[in-house]
Amino acid sequence: MDEHWSVDGHRHFKAAGIRQVAYVPDAGLTKLIERCREDNEIETVMCATEEEGIGLAAGAWLAGQKSAVLMQSSGVGNTINAIASLITSAHFPLFTIVTMRGQWGEGNPWQVPMGQAVAPVLEAIGVKTFQADTAADVSPMIEAGLRMAYSTDQAIAVLVSQRVIGSKVWVAGSSEGKP
Amino acid sequence: MRQATLDRRDVLARIFPDPDRYLFISGLAGPARDTAGLTKDGANTFTMAGAMGAATTVGLGLALSAPDRKVAVVTGDGELLMNIGSLVTVASMAPPNLTIVCIDNGCHGETGGQTGHTSRTANLEQIAKGAGIASSTVVETEADLDKAAAFLEEMPGPRFIQVRVTDGPPTNYKRNFNMAECRIRFRTAAMNTAGG
Repeated sequence: MDEHWSVDGHRHFKAAGIRQVAYVPDAGLTKLIERCREDNEIETVMCATEEEGIGLAAGAWLAGQKSAVLMQSSGVGNTINAIASLITSAHFPLFTIVTMRGQWGEGNPWQVPMGQAVAPVLEAIGVKTFQADTAADVSPMIEAGLRMAYSTDQAIAVLVSQRVIGSKVWVAGSSEGKP
Repeated sequence: MRQATLDRRDVLARIFPDPDRYLFISGLAGPARDTAGLTKDGANTFTMAGAMGAATTVGLGLALSAPDRKVAVVTGDGELLMNIGSLVTVASMAPPNLTIVCIDNGCHGETGGQTGHTSRTANLEQIAKGAGIASSTVVETEADLDKAAAFLEEMPGPRFIQVRVTDGPPTNYKRNFNMAECRIRFRTAAMNTAGG
């Protein structure tokens, strides 16, 4: 069986010199978060809301460090003014990985409107989105996104499709969302 | 609650008698002008004019990435309340080099002085304490102000100082509004100067 994308994701973080990773817990991100937490060279910051991750990224950059922000698609809605007003206005680089809900085979109606709005809303505020529809897309998009974010001072979001994450993860232990 | 008497334009110079030793992040509006006035908008200062609620986490990201530098966030009651949960994240990460100063005028000065929550029931110092911030204090008298600089030097971080001030105007200082220029200016200074 192929390795989970988080193995390559963490490897690309190391190669790019990522030293700070902000996140709000999400089932689809668990493996990547755990890899980062186990890495003594990466400071992981659990946030109360995704918006905090945007401030953290700007603050880390001001000290000369590179960071990544990990969130679920619903959390993107919590970040919009911070990204537009702080990151886009001042041309801070930003690299974020978004695990998607509300698209491929979603069973929870609360997830659909925000999930469907993630890409157009991010693009409307100046974030370039790389949409990973297959597991094979994720690793090269993380690598390319990191390079682009920190070489060109752009805001880049890699959107990992629900098709990649799989439905088993997000309904584990719960009957909710099942047909 | 005691009536606030301190003039916000006088407080930062008393709390930070040697501002060159700090890196300053300030939230939007009045606190940004007070901070720019303190440092003459120096390279150690990154002030905001938007992104309300982000000052604390920008300061946290900076403090974690520059552990040898003293970092101060200067925010207002409205700005802080917009992301009050960030105090929990600060407490959880516990950077010893971070101080948050909240200039609490009890209103939204920038938008016309509308009454804020701290004029009603909210107690920011108690919230900071409840979040788990290591050291916290309230400054509301001249005597408190005399002790504030020592609080910064002697108490373990992260520190939270609620400064209760009147609803008078902030420092009259015209700061650089070119954000891209300010971020590069700040980063260059943060990376090239020794800690203090």
